[in-house]
Amino acid sequence: MAANKIYAIYTDDDLLLDAVKKTVAEDYHISEVYTPFPVHGLDPAMGTPPTRLAITSFLYGLVGLAVATWMMNYMMIVDWPQNIGGKPSFSFHQNLPAFIPIMFEMTVFFAGHLMVITFYLRSRLWPFKKAENPDPRTTDDMFMMEVDIDNHDIDMLTEFFISTGAAEISFNTNEEDR
Amino acid sequence: MSSHYEAPIREPLVLGEKSYHDVSVEIAAPVLGRANKSWWIVFTIALIAFLWGLGCIIYTIVTGIGVWGLDKTIGWAWDITNFVWWVGIGHAGTLISAVLLLFRQKWRMAINRSAEAMTIFAVVQAGLFPLIHMGRPWLAYWVLPIPNQFGSLWVNFNSPLLWDVFAISTYLSISLVFWWTGLMPDFAMIRDRAVKPFQKKIYGILSFGWTGRAKDWQRFEEVELVLAGLATPLVLSVHTIVSFDFATSVVPGWHSTVFPPYFVAGAVFSGFAMVQTLLIIMRKVLHLEDYITVLHIEYMNKVILVTGGIVGVAYITEYFMVWYSGVPYENYVYLSFGAATGPYWWAFWALIICNMVFPLTLWVKKWRRNIIWTFIVSIIINIGMWFERFNIIAVDLSKDRLPSSWTLFEPTFVDIGTFIGTIGFFFVLFLLYARTFPVVSQAMLKTILKSSGEQYKNLRAEHGSHVDHINDPTENPPVPIIHKPATKVAPGDSAVKQVKIDSLIGSVGAFDPATQERDDLKQISGVGPVMEEKLHQLGIYTFDQVSRMTDREYELLDEIVPDFPGRAKRDDWAGQARILKNKKK
Repeated sequence: MAANKIYAIYTDDDLLLDAVKKTVAEDYHISEVYTPFPVHGLDPAMGTPPTRLAITSFLYGLVGLAVATWMMNYMMIVDWPQNIGGKPSFSFHQNLPAFIPIMFEMTVFFAGHLMVITFYLRSRLWPFKKAENPDPRTTDDMFMMEVDIDNHDIDMLTEFFISTGAAEISFNTNEEDR
Repeated sequence: MSSHYEAPIREPLVLGEKSYHDVSVEIAAPVLGRANKSWWIVFTIALIAFLWGLGCIIYTIVTGIGVWGLDKTIGWAWDITNFVWWVGIGHAGTLISAVLLLFRQKWRMAINRSAEAMTIFAVVQAGLFPLIHMGRPWLAYWVLPIPNQFGSLWVNFNSPLLWDVFAISTYLSISLVFWWTGLMPDFAMIRDRAVKPFQKKIYGILSFGWTGRAKDWQRFEEVELVLAGLATPLVLSVHTIVSFDFATSVVPGWHSTVFPPYFVAGAVFSGFAMVQTLLIIMRKVLHLEDYITVLHIEYMNKVILVTGGIVGVAYITEYFMVWYSGVPYENYVYLSFGAATGPYWWAFWALIICNMVFPLTLWVKKWRRNIIWTFIVSIIINIGMWFERFNIIAVDLSKDRLPSSWTLFEPTFVDIGTFIGTIGFFFVLFLLYARTFPVVSQAMLKTILKSSGEQYKNLRAEHGSHVDHINDPTENPPVPIIHKPATKVAPGDSAVKQVKIDSLIGSVGAFDPATQERDDLKQISGVGPVMEEKLHQLGIYTFDQVSRMTDREYELLDEIVPDFPGRAKRDDWAGQARILKNKKK
């Protein structure tokens, strides 16, 4: 298969950010950017919408709170009410103060763990997952922009990326052999 | 170009001339290199201590809790002392990674990884004590609210000891995922640097296939921020709940409302002392002096000063309240005239001298920037904070309301051995960590290199704050390396396609960005974001252009973009575009 991606490698985060802005302005389609650390301002420059993980975390927290409330009400009030140390547990609202610590802990437990699990699944991260960065140096000190070639002229694209300060340019031809 | 300005008055956090690559190499060096002799010596000592402790634990479980020095008066002593001591130490890690993240303190990036590791290892030690104190640790699952063989006999949710179960397991597990999420990019760096296939394989598994996509980084930063927001109240709740174990009782010296804030401050105080102890050695052994600088040590000393001050005020408050209450029982509690002059006078004064006197030396700038002195003070604080818990537990219990049952606690060799064993276990884990984990979160450190790195600070001092921070100065551009595709695009294919595009644009008209505005082509039914992208690539941006399409142009479009054959004609894009164009006017 012919090349359909061009990889422009930069040695600096400022240079990359600048190049991303120029590439977007030229209406080339950036399919991915690999960086060794979070480059601030990169996602707005690429037009990536903000992540909604914080919202999921809030919802998971509500689930945790609900589970804790239901669990303690069921176990302490409904299923087997007891008189412990002269403090009978016959109604939920009277026992509520003693339930607050565990309500809080379970809210945090659900909000934290389920959000992280969502993050791992959405970003496809798990043990034995094979890394897909096309160049191993992108976890060290190189910044790589991956752009769809589509029907653009390859030489013109190459010229363009050289003008943005790319240190290396390559193509994804041998993807299958790698 | 984003600004990397930072007030010049701030000292650099990364010393020396460092490129991004240098950071990777220096952080990966201890992992990819071999252990030296001193590591093996310390590891062996720690392992022996651990095995001794393991022996004591096995002896306890086989024989019973009677092998400890407990009696009917002092039912809790070293076990709970050690438990609270270790949990307290475990507080600094999350404080550094969560609270300092929320406050945007950049200096945390060099130390948060190790502090979090310390947290996890310390909480593991802490968890051991309630477990072995159960006597039958194989029944430990009884603390969980699960259906059981006694009908529906549930755990008691009114008990602070059960709150502890939830608080500490939540804390341990949240700290663990916080730590691991931060580790993935650094494991990925080591995976991509490793040469030996075995190392490559292991770090490949540990890194969860992290690749550093822009979207992943966006999510990563959001997750870190939310976890920090969750962990901050969590870390405060954990030691609050530990203090409830005492504060909700009726024992003099324990039933004190000041306990929650005082315990939390004391926990952070002891945790930072332990971080200092570990990092001062680690930076030397792993040659990380450029990353964990005197400035980091000074900052941590300032946290120690603040929290130590809170602890000191709490001690004075407790002492005052004991005297002011006039209650005779209170005169034997751990902070009282009776304790200071009674049989436990040495424990009382150890507490006061270690926790209130020695930390005061850190008010002197020269001393808190002195690494050797900091190390000594950190050890003293660790000892003092152990005595604090010993005094609260053993001294308070030793004189209860019935003078005939007054007694003194004497630890047996099992008590001592178990405690030393947990110290050994802790160091075994930490030493293994220091050999196999990236001990500095290098990915995050690289984000502050330009703002807080020494060479960039010097650069700004010389050339002004608007100086170019680009690593690779363009006045001397290196010749870019171009890897041409091995299998070329068939020349005919591309040329023919270009002719077709030209023909298409020729009939619908070219788009001039200077005079015309783009339309939202997605409004045409049948054009999605993908199709719109394709049309843009061809040079079609407006309804006007689309409205000029006829059957001939539809066919050309299908030939150039074969993804949606016949779609344009079926949906009558030209007709739709004409309506949309007129609506716009």
